[in-house]
Amino acid sequence: MTTAARRLPRWLGQAVLTGVGLLPAAWLGLGVLRDTLGANPVETLEHESGEWTLRLLLATLAVTPLRRAFGWTWLAPYRRTLGLLAFGYCCLHLSIYALVDLWGAWDTLVEDVLERPYITVGFTGFLLLVPLAVTSTRAWMRRLGRRWVVLHRLVYAAAIAGCVHFLWLVKADLREPLIYASVLALLLAARLWPRKRLATNE
Amino acid sequence: MLIRRNRFAESPEREVTDRALYLRRREFLRATGCGLGGLWLAACGRADDATAASADHSPDKSPVRSPDGFTTDETPTPFEDATTYNNFYEFGTDKGDPSDNAGSLVTKPWSVAIEGEVAKPGSVPLEEILAATPAVERIYRLRCVEAWSMVIPWRGLPLGQVLARFEPTSKAKYVAFKTLYDPKQMPGQRRSVLDWPYREGLRMDEAMHPLALLATGMYGRDLPNQNGAPLRLVVPWKYGFKSIKSIVSIRLQETQPETTWNVSAPKEYGFYANVNPEVDHPRWSQKREKRIGDFHRTRTLMFNGYEEQVAGLYSGMDLHANY
Repeated sequence: MTTAARRLPRWLGQAVLTGVGLLPAAWLGLGVLRDTLGANPVETLEHESGEWTLRLLLATLAVTPLRRAFGWTWLAPYRRTLGLLAFGYCCLHLSIYALVDLWGAWDTLVEDVLERPYITVGFTGFLLLVPLAVTSTRAWMRRLGRRWVVLHRLVYAAAIAGCVHFLWLVKADLREPLIYASVLALLLAARLWPRKRLATNE
Repeated sequence: MLIRRNRFAESPEREVTDRALYLRRREFLRATGCGLGGLWLAACGRADDATAASADHSPDKSPVRSPDGFTTDETPTPFEDATTYNNFYEFGTDKGDPSDNAGSLVTKPWSVAIEGEVAKPGSVPLEEILAATPAVERIYRLRCVEAWSMVIPWRGLPLGQVLARFEPTSKAKYVAFKTLYDPKQMPGQRRSVLDWPYREGLRMDEAMHPLALLATGMYGRDLPNQNGAPLRLVVPWKYGFKSIKSIVSIRLQETQPETTWNVSAPKEYGFYANVNPEVDHPRWSQKREKRIGDFHRTRTLMFNGYEEQVAGLYSGMDLHANY
């Protein structure tokens, strides 16, 4: 598996990953057309696009620890692909909420974003992702240099915001959001761990 | 001061509502029992249930508008949606879990313990309860605290008439309800998501209000398990979680009973839980709702549109404090 992935040309690998990453969106689109998203299709769209945002964000954050732990340097170029996919699902999530669910109810929309903590947190997470998506190109990396790395640490805050957003909206059953939060905690902790080991090895 | 006390003691508004209903009762029963049953069935195109509609009364073309506001002429939610999108945590916390898992619930035989401040307590077989009170059909709006809503045609018994048969004593100030507790039949109870068994309650005057129903059926058939078979409460002016399902105990008591969601999150779910667009849930807005079947949200009505009928119950009460 890893050897196959290693041999794949980067552009082809990224194209395949993008294609696979867009499958859930295609499935949702099909669900809308065929009316198979249940009694509350708008809610299904909101929940699915939100969960895919979180999954892809966590996948993005998993790239660096995996690369370091197993020496999988071939993984590195896919980090951007995953990050942009996560941003895409986040845009979809926000659009469905603002432009379908609350269409015309602009007063409620503004109130939600400003006064409902779970929505404020979620919206903040989205805002944090915007500059990261914009500066994801090679040109911006070059232009920002070291500052690019610092700027892109915002992804940690965005992922935390996403998990809090999910935890905060649940009524009683916290299992699912806690799974996402635990994985995120692991991925963040992993960032502290290997560096120390490398340092002692050197 | 004196005037205010008199008004309170006599509660004329409440009595007028009851009396008007009483005088119109025959006409109302006839209209809902025959006309509406056939009407909505025809509207939904569900011919398989046509047995519920009497052949002598072919459905009227124009919608029957019940003058007392006890039945809405809004289009009922599709049966499929009303039976696959449910909150019934006893069978799981996802909306689809109850329809997937509720098959394990055994609803026959079923009896209800009538307890507390009544002259005639006891364990009463469901058939006995059903035989003693004439059933009515009502089409009610249902508004969930999660800000979605449905329109459901119910069949049931007016709760007040059922309670009256057991002769509540003067100490009966509240009614406490309990759902069955049996983790074997209700797999959701194996996890302590909520403090089982599910408990709900009403103030006595709320329970006696003619809108309050003990439902046994919907859409012209017996209640599906996931909708609270074989006996559930329907209190249309309150958030859905007040309408407790699969009831095994009804206790009349002097003190306000504990209610499950209130115990779980007291700042979010009060004892009254009246539908109120002015009082938001601490985490989300209650101003609008998603009517199942619609894409956009519509405005939520005070007391879920039953203000005229029930506002009198709460005159003088601070509804922000008593949410």
